[in-house]
Amino acid sequence: MVSFIIRRLVSMIPVMLMVATGVFLLLKLTPGDPVGVILGPDATEERRQALRDDLGLNDPLILQYVRWLGDAARGDLGDSLFLNQPVLTSLWERAEPTLVLTLLSTLVALSIGLPTGILAAQNRGKWLDMGSMGIAILGISMPTFWLGLNLILIFAVTLRWLPVAGYAPLSEGLWESLRYMILPAITLGVAQAALLARMTRSMMLDVLSAEYVRVARAKGLRERRVVYFHALRNALIPLINVAGLIFAALLGGAVVTEQIFNIPGIGRLLIQAVGRRDVPLVQGTVLVIAAIYVLVNLIVDIFSAVLDPRLRQT
Amino acid sequence: MAITADSLAGAIERRSRWTQLRLTVGRNRNVLVGGSLLLLIVAVAVLAPVLMTHDPSFQDPGERLLAPSSEYLLGTDGSGRDVFSRVVKGAQLSLLVGIGVATATSIIGGFIGLITGFVPRVDAPVMRVMDGLMAFPGIILAIGIMAVRGAEISNVILALTVVNTPRMARVVRSVVLGLANTQFVEAAKSSGCTLWRILGVHLLPNTLSPLIVQASFVFAEAVLGEATLSFLGAGAPPEVPSWGGMLSESRLFLSQASWTMIAPGAALTFTVFALNLLGDGLRDMLDPRLRHR
Repeated sequence: MVSFIIRRLVSMIPVMLMVATGVFLLLKLTPGDPVGVILGPDATEERRQALRDDLGLNDPLILQYVRWLGDAARGDLGDSLFLNQPVLTSLWERAEPTLVLTLLSTLVALSIGLPTGILAAQNRGKWLDMGSMGIAILGISMPTFWLGLNLILIFAVTLRWLPVAGYAPLSEGLWESLRYMILPAITLGVAQAALLARMTRSMMLDVLSAEYVRVARAKGLRERRVVYFHALRNALIPLINVAGLIFAALLGGAVVTEQIFNIPGIGRLLIQAVGRRDVPLVQGTVLVIAAIYVLVNLIVDIFSAVLDPRLRQT
Repeated sequence: MAITADSLAGAIERRSRWTQLRLTVGRNRNVLVGGSLLLLIVAVAVLAPVLMTHDPSFQDPGERLLAPSSEYLLGTDGSGRDVFSRVVKGAQLSLLVGIGVATATSIIGGFIGLITGFVPRVDAPVMRVMDGLMAFPGIILAIGIMAVRGAEISNVILALTVVNTPRMARVVRSVVLGLANTQFVEAAKSSGCTLWRILGVHLLPNTLSPLIVQASFVFAEAVLGEATLSFLGAGAPPEVPSWGGMLSESRLFLSQASWTMIAPGAALTFTVFALNLLGDGLRDMLDPRLRHR
């Protein structure tokens, strides 16, 4: 097990290197001169040259690359061009809303998706199955931002139960914060719930037709025990992989959801940074998100290996 | 031309194949329904010049935010443009991007999958690059590419192709890996076939089913992706009517003019729904091993 974890950790290195290289090239390919952005159009050519020297922009590309990589590895992602603070600080300040949103959406996805998938599998071919899977494919097809706008229209504009948009930090009280987060969390969670329900159903169907389930039934075990104890446990392993996928989708989806609901999180930060061509900030945000994503995949792999010893070999 | 026994047999063979296909499609409700809905959307996009009742880009400040009426079937938006005509016009962009991305992804991803699955020397380095691309959540990678390349329809297609190619390559590669040691490939090798012949004539046809299934999902992803990018302001240029862009603008008038939000969103959901249904059906039909997934 330990050697498996070490091997997986080592295998992360080339992927992260790829990601970092990609992000670095992103900066270099961006049209426009960061010096011009910082100094404005009126600066003299001497000042521009001086700043270019200062920032190391006159060095060969490979040297800049190595320096950037070294800095990034030590946790220094440079400074944002517009916010006048280190990229990492900006990200940290915006982390809370995104974290709350992601966690709550995961909760929504799990609490709707898992039971629906199990029930559908148990009632295969009946109306409950057809109905819930029909809704699920609709849930996958509905763009998150349209769902979000509809929820705002119904619950915030028409019924006035919940705020239209915005965010209250957790420090202002849990309920106050939750009020702002209910609609975004549902918006983001529903599509993932639909995906999860479909996956759960198919995994359960695979498992329910396995021999050990037939044996369990033949032993005269109660159906509930067969489903939840024998079948679900084995269906969980592929589902953990799905959970990894869902987390990735949530990270990406948070960008859109934060935009709809004006939530000051990392996703909105990224969109603003793109809009202002704040390249170090774009770079840092994308790098951090990708790093979190790779890390989550690693955790997923380790979890699966804990549950299923066969996976440790590969 | 005289009717020979051979040509007759050929015709019967073709006929029965066609009948077979018709029967399989007929039996698969998802393919039938999804395909018909998709055809409907294609028809709307093709017939857009006839269907549009107004110039979709014409702004009339005096006719802002009007409710649906016989003059403006789906009302007008914040700039006084006809929502119905814009939704119809938006179908063109969605389908253009969807078809473009699905085609490019199939060709590039299919090629990468074939090569990496069959030539071990190429496999490791290329797949590391693919892993690297897959390490980004798709939409964030697409935003990054759009930030670099600028708001152009061709760039939207490029960005979404980059995002979707790794998964296509993986699907095709896994099929090829499974075939690499089969007897017919062995036979092709020993009879002196060139690499390209083995890839193109012997392996490619066997990968087509999963490739088509994956392509239909990529199509759906691309339509959704284009709308998302346009919604975020990182997609098609603002002057091109796009469902995502319309939804983004509708946020300002949600309480006064909800029709500006409902119409483009419904069109988008309808399109993606049709494509997902088609993809599900095709998978059941072409790849029975994966049924009920």
